Amino acid sequence: MIKTDVVIIGAGPTGLFCAHQLGIIGLKCEIVDNLDKIGGQCIELYPDKPIYDIPAVPKCTGEELTNNLIEQIKPFNFNFHLSDRVQELKNENNKWFVKTLNGKEFETPNIVIAGGVGSFEPRKFPTKSAEKYDGKSVLYSIKDKTIFKDKSVVIFGGGDSALDWAIELSNSSKVTLVHRRDEFRGAPASVQKIKELSDNKTIDLITKYSIKDVKGNGSLESVEIKSESGESKVIKADYVLGFFGLIMQLGPIAEWGLNLDKKTIPVNTENFETNKKGIFAIGDICNYPGKLKLILSGFHEGALAARGCFKYARPDEKYRFEFTTASSTIKDRLGVKE
Amino acid sequence: MAKIKYIEFNGTEHEADVANGLSVMEGAIQNDIPGIDADCGGGMSCATCHVYINDDEWFKKLPEKEMGEDDMLDQAFEPKSNSRLSCQLIVSDDLDGLTVHMPEKQV
Repeated sequence: MIKTDVVIIGAGPTGLFCAHQLGIIGLKCEIVDNLDKIGGQCIELYPDKPIYDIPAVPKCTGEELTNNLIEQIKPFNFNFHLSDRVQELKNENNKWFVKTLNGKEFETPNIVIAGGVGSFEPRKFPTKSAEKYDGKSVLYSIKDKTIFKDKSVVIFGGGDSALDWAIELSNSSKVTLVHRRDEFRGAPASVQKIKELSDNKTIDLITKYSIKDVKGNGSLESVEIKSESGESKVIKADYVLGFFGLIMQLGPIAEWGLNLDKKTIPVNTENFETNKKGIFAIGDICNYPGKLKLILSGFHEGALAARGCFKYARPDEKYRFEFTTASSTIKDRLGVKE
Repeated sequence: MAKIKYIEFNGTEHEADVANGLSVMEGAIQNDIPGIDADCGGGMSCATCHVYINDDEWFKKLPEKEMGEDDMLDQAFEPKSNSRLSCQLIVSDDLDGLTVHMPEKQV
């Protein structure tokens, strides 16, 4: 059990800057994100796209913004729990007990949800029959590639993950690559390689088809694919892999008894607390009159939520407002020598 | 200004007058028409404003896809050759009478 002042859900720019503000006012926090890296949407969706509306930064990419925010909170040495997801919340005596998917447990008076539009999860096959095999022979990521040795593997998708795995697995498996159109969005070199492997019959390449059904009797046996004009084919398959990128799902957050408005959480604008005492929501996931889904709004929301957390984390102390330019306490926390 | 018809997967029809310059996606969001999520807010980075243009004439009449739209559509729910991202369809008088069909779901 890790005891802390605040658990932040979401390591996007809003969560990171909230962590900074917590550090500045002397609170500790632990940050959980289900991506395997820090940065949220900035890193996952648009690492290379320039952003033009960060105050005093005329232009920076999602990756640069993330790196700067990481740099900014370095002095506080906060822990990140990546590739993990907050699953369960329980309240006892004004403390929140938090459990993650990987079995980590936290005790904290405050939770800050900076979850964007939810957690990133792989898009799955639309076919209902695929659910039965999910995690066994229908997979959306690969942890152990040795299971595919000498097996028939049907891969769906046209991006780098699909192409890279098709190339990699073609060494030791019977690979079929299925994609909905003729063009691929993967790196040109990989596309070239796929075409070569297809030409010399190392892999089967089938385009303009998508999944229709998976079939099996206990274990997976085949996958049926369809073209838009209604033709279908059945391919023998021990494993079916889908690489359709990531989608965002609200996930367990929807089950914590928070008021929800579509996929957002209503908050008050004084401290961004939700209808649950000690649970705050900031960034894209929060909602209030006039809400703008801008990174700069998330920064503001994080700064105020941090002060809201102070009240529950230090009930016997009075919060004192200080400037970073003037306060020696803050400079100590930042490790600044003068 | 263009009148755009949005048809949900279950057949429910909605009509909205959408001002020139807005996207078909924004027309849906501003009029509370369900079926288009637009998680990324119009940045062509999420594929949750996916629609089908069932009328072939209309499909050909629409502005061509820019680079990246098809890549994003690869990641949509059940994309077809008549799929578009509604955030990339900018409304003008020319789009008056356009009908878009929503997929069964976006995520």
